[in-house]
This record gives sequence, C-alpha cells and structure tokens, in this order.
Amino acid sequence: MSTKSAESAGAAGVGDSSVFDPGAPYRCSPQVSLRPEPFGALVYHFGTRKLSFLKTLPLVEVVKGLEHHPDVHSAIAAAGVEEAQRPAYLKALAGLAASGTIEARQ
Amino acid sequence: MKLVDHFQYGLNSPICLTWELTYACNLSCAHCLSSSGRRDPRELSTAEAKGVIDELQRMQVFYINIGGGEPTVRPDFWELLDYSIDHNVGVKFSTNGLKIDKKRAAQLAATDYVDIQISIDGATPEVNDYVRGPGSYDMAIRALENLAEAGFAQPKISVVMTRQNVDQLDEFKAIADKYGAQLRITRLRPSGRGADVWDELHPLPGQQKQMYDWLVDRGDQVLTGDSFFHLSAFGEALPGLNLCGAGRVVCLIDPVGDVYACPFAIHENFLAGNVRDEGGFQKVWESSELFTELRKPQTGGACSSCMHYDSCQGGCMAAKFFTGLPLDGPDPECVRGFGEQALAARGEGHVIPKSEVDHSRTKLGKKSPVLLQLSMGRPDRACETSPLAGLGASETDSGLRLPVAGS
Repeated sequence: MSTKSAESAGAAGVGDSSVFDPGAPYRCSPQVSLRPEPFGALVYHFGTRKLSFLKTLPLVEVVKGLEHHPDVHSAIAAAGVEEAQRPAYLKALAGLAASGTIEARQ
Repeated sequence: MKLVDHFQYGLNSPICLTWELTYACNLSCAHCLSSSGRRDPRELSTAEAKGVIDELQRMQVFYINIGGGEPTVRPDFWELLDYSIDHNVGVKFSTNGLKIDKKRAAQLAATDYVDIQISIDGATPEVNDYVRGPGSYDMAIRALENLAEAGFAQPKISVVMTRQNVDQLDEFKAIADKYGAQLRITRLRPSGRGADVWDELHPLPGQQKQMYDWLVDRGDQVLTGDSFFHLSAFGEALPGLNLCGAGRVVCLIDPVGDVYACPFAIHENFLAGNVRDEGGFQKVWESSELFTELRKPQTGGACSSCMHYDSCQGGCMAAKFFTGLPLDGPDPECVRGFGEQALAARGEGHVIPKSEVDHSRTKLGKKSPVLLQLSMGRPDRACETSPLAGLGASETDSGLRLPVAGS
C-alpha cells in the first residue's frame, strides 16, 4: 500500500494509507459499519474491533458520500458543510483515515 | 451537546449489552452478581436465542458480552457462539475456565471475532478460592495456559476488586503479562449474592484511593468496564465513559429473556420487559417505560450541591439500591464519605431490597467457597471470652458466612 502518485496534491498519494490527502478519492472502509444515532453515528470497525463516533450528522453524510465523489473536498461540499467548518472537517477526516475508518480508493 | 450528554438520553441500540445465557454454574462464588447456580427451566431455547441474535444484528449491536452463570455449560453454547459471529455480532464471553481445554483453546484461537474473559478474584489461590471456591484458581490458570499455548491472542483476565485483593493489583498485572492477556478490573457491587458479602469484601476508603492512583498510572493498559467512575471525584477523571449507562447505553438480557437496565440490577424494579414479548428486544430497548424514565434528565438529588457531582454523577445506581440507599443520593462508596454517612443514617430495621431472582444452589457442594478460611477481621474486643465474638449475635445469623445457604 505505498503506491506513490506525484500528480495528487500532497507529497504522498493514492493508496498510501499513512497520509491523508483530501485531493484524492476516498471511501468508507468496507470493514466499517455505521449505526445511525441521534448525534451522528456510531462507527464499528470489524477488523480492529474498535468503536468510535461520528459526532455530527453532516460528518456522517461526508463519510457516506466519499465513494461517490472524486475527492474529499467535493464530498465535504456536497454534504453542505460551511466553508468556515472545512478545516475542522478535514482534521476529523484525517483522524478517520488514520484509524482506518475511511481509506483511499483506487 | 457533548457526546456523553447524548448518551444520557439513550442510543438507538445499546453499546454494551450483556447476555447471561444461563443461571447454571459449576461454581458458587460468594459475590455472584446474578445469584447463579441452578439452571432455570424457562431458559431461552436455542431457536429463541438465535432469534435474539438475529434481532441484535438488525439493530447493529456489533458485539455482546456473554456471561452467566457459566455460559459454557449450555450444551448449545458453541453453536450460539458460531451463530452470533456468523451474523456480525461479535462475542466476548466470560468463563471460569471450566471448558477451556486444549482442544477448545485451539478451536477458539482459530475463530476470528471472539474475545474470552477468564475470571479470577485473587492473584493467589488463597485469596481467589476464598470467594470463588476450592480449585477455581487452578482451573482459571489452566485455561489461560491452554489459550496461551494455542496462540489465542490477548484473552482478558477479569478481576472483581475486593478488600482482600487490592494489594495484589501488581500481581494481577504480572499474571496477565505472563499469559499475554489483558487485565480488566471491575467494581464489586452488592448485587445478587454480592449483597451478602459486600460489608466484608468491599474495599475500604484507603483502598479506594489506592485503586484510583493505580488506575491513573495505568489506565491505558487496564480495562475497567468504566466501572470506577465514582472514583473520579478523587481528581482527574478516569479513562472511559464516566456515566451510569443503565438503560441508556447498557442493558442485560437474562437467561429467561428478561431485560434489565444493567447486569448489576437483577431486580423487578429494573426489569424493562422480556425478549419473548411482542416486539421483542427492540421494543423493550426503544420504548419500555423503565428505559424511557432512565433516559430523562437526571437530577443529582442530595448530591447536586456537591462540587464533585459532575465527575462522579452520584455513582452506581445498583450499589445504592442494594445497600438500601436512595437512588438520588450518594454512592455507598462516595469518596467524600457521604455514602458512609448515608449508610449509618439508614437506621435500625432498614430494609435492603432483595431480588426474587435467585438460582443459588441450596446445598453446598465440595466446590463451594467457605468464607471462614481467611480471617481478615479482628474480634470486636481484645479480651472477649465468647468464642463467637465478632461473628454476629443474631439467632438467624450464625456468623458463618456461607454464601449460598438460605439466600
């Protein structure tokens, strides 16, 4: 999983799970289940057996929408996230990438 | 709103669901929270249990804690384990080690998505067998050996903290390290037969601080089931959910399908419904009267003016209930001592609620613990002439703390 791609926005690119690149296409991991909850969603990763939480409803939309968009930025826009909130969402998504909840897709 | 505030109002499905599969048990632990021993003839059948698993899968309950009784004595235990895993409901099961022989250990090591929790309540046979019964320490260690030998990754060792084993915390950790296991420590509750031994076994105030300090140092390496949140009033909050999750994120399904607010609350006051009722478990979880009530905003009652209320939330509902304290007052083990005051203020003739649900064996077998083996207490008076001094004066209490006799 270390295919480097010079074309993508960051130094490391598609397929490198260690670096989050919002200019690249992502998806919710197939090993992850999202359970809708009043605050957002409960995340269960069947591989790591770890529970975590998506703490807002728009973040759930972003994560679910990732696979339908060419990059993370457009998934954020499509979920109606305000521009001022974008840095916070990117930070949250970087965390989700680090935990394996979302992953780069080819 | 913070996440923990959302939790107080309840989730769509439980996060931590305990399912006691049977009340039958080969042991008769003195402090058994479910007063287990004999099988209940109304136990859920294999087909009914599978129906519950189907429902949990639909509700996206991703894993369950299976216990008992000793769950592995159910002949269909392994079948239900496989069924659950095949339906995306992972299993952590608690066992005293009875059936974990070399063959089973190898089979479990080859099964993905299963966790095993072996109970020991003393780091030495003396301390363990005193409450869990003769031979139970060796049985648990043998199971751990078998699992390690089979290459089962990181089983859990589950310890209920008592007055007698707080000093053994480092030894428990060493045992866990030796067998590649993870240590889990939980709080002794006065639930089930625990009520009979709580006065003798619950940690003393100084030991509460000792546990807290130990957990602050090693909180990241040790699991606690978030059961020590009442200790958070000592200072910084302990890792985990510092909240009573009963009926909100936690519940119990008992062997006959009754759904209670939490595993430590097997009493009709905390009974929300039964999985055999129309609408099944989901209806009980979503709309039972009891759970709806528990999800309303809680007031701190007598604790609301305490500066520590935000950290301890008034402590454990079951601990209060089964010591005869009001639910909106301090925990009996309140670290500021208000619980002790409340216990002292209960007055003569106070009634401690007793559960109707009791499957204790009425005759003691060879494997039963005999709580006279270790004498932790001192006589009431230094020069007492009566040989029964300090052993209780009432005619109904011989002072022989046999855990199951008549209870």
